[in-house]
Amino acid sequence: MKDNMSLVGNEEKFQSKVDAEEKVEPKDWMPEKYRQNLIRQISQHAHSEVIGEQPEGNWISRAPTLERKAILMAKVQDEAGHGLYLYAAAETLGITRDELIDRLHTGASKYASIFNYPSLTWADIGAIGWLVDSAAIVNQVSLQNTSYGPYARAMVKICKEESFHQRQGYNIMMTLMQGAELQRDMAQDALNRWWWPSLMMFGPHDAESAHSAQSMKWKIKRRSNDELRQQFVDQAVQQAQAIGLVVPDPDLVWNEQRGHYDFGAIDWEEFQRVVSGNGPCNRQRLAHHVSAHQEGAWVREAMAAYEAKRRAVPAEVA
Amino acid sequence: MSDQLQLYEVFIRSSRGLDHKHVGSLHADDAHQALEYARDVYTRRGEGISIWVVASRDITASQESDCDSFYDPLDDKPYRHAAMYELPEGIDSL
Repeated sequence: MKDNMSLVGNEEKFQSKVDAEEKVEPKDWMPEKYRQNLIRQISQHAHSEVIGEQPEGNWISRAPTLERKAILMAKVQDEAGHGLYLYAAAETLGITRDELIDRLHTGASKYASIFNYPSLTWADIGAIGWLVDSAAIVNQVSLQNTSYGPYARAMVKICKEESFHQRQGYNIMMTLMQGAELQRDMAQDALNRWWWPSLMMFGPHDAESAHSAQSMKWKIKRRSNDELRQQFVDQAVQQAQAIGLVVPDPDLVWNEQRGHYDFGAIDWEEFQRVVSGNGPCNRQRLAHHVSAHQEGAWVREAMAAYEAKRRAVPAEVA
Repeated sequence: MSDQLQLYEVFIRSSRGLDHKHVGSLHADDAHQALEYARDVYTRRGEGISIWVVASRDITASQESDCDSFYDPLDDKPYRHAAMYELPEGIDSL
């Protein structure tokens, strides 16, 4: 009974701290569900950064120029860094990197569904940088104010780097749109395939979102899925028009009264299908991560062996 | 992996004249490797001119939960603050 009382007291104190916009730091008391909710969200975010390297890595060897290749490699390297910032933030909540990777491999932990779509042409690299990174930025900018300190700080670093990603993608699309008809068709085709999955990145509508209400109350999430999605649409439509691309949505129309674009219905059945493992590339993405992890084991073992040997040698000899 | 690798905290001096500032953490086998990883992860865009890495387990930290009693001896000395001393009218550069 007494324990219950102090738990209730702790939770109230915790909530009032969050309400006062004070950041929560690793060693602070926090409700177990807050901790679990954060581990789920941050690790999902980290896995997304890392799995997202695959559709882009697919085109490094076939980038159209050496400059594009160097840019794409720099971007993919950034994604690996972002994964690390986020894994490190998740680890401050008392979970190990091994457990996090294991949860990814067993499917217990998810990653952004959009990376289960294939990157079929070079224009897809443009569309991913422009749309997928833009959508990620819209979300991540709002997360710079998330209540958990290490997560917020990781977001600040990531946002600084993401604007390069977004611009290089848009630049690829723009360049294609200034090219021959074949190239313009390729850019349009990429937009057609990536537009709707990009809208789905923001998750289910607010009313249907499983974790949203509690996450908003704890200020883990700062803006709702629908709010963020609307902001993305408003920005992206204008950017598409500026370079002559047509957004593949017959219901898309500017709503003077709302001051926003109205857009068509999202195919949530497709969303569910991909989230639950049956998108075009789910198995391939996961299998690749598992094999890269296993095939890299000898490197980790070699590093450990080297370190053990180095420690065994007396300092004056080494 | 985390069974074998140690956690390091990374501090970066962004330019001469400024303090090293904590930027994050990473896993590495030893300090030298941590330094190279820190360079690759945290200074890809000229963010720093000097990096420190410190094994996380070597850091001794004060407990925020003990905050009140820990800082208590310092809280009752208002005479340490210049604002305690009132100045006569017209004196403004003291």
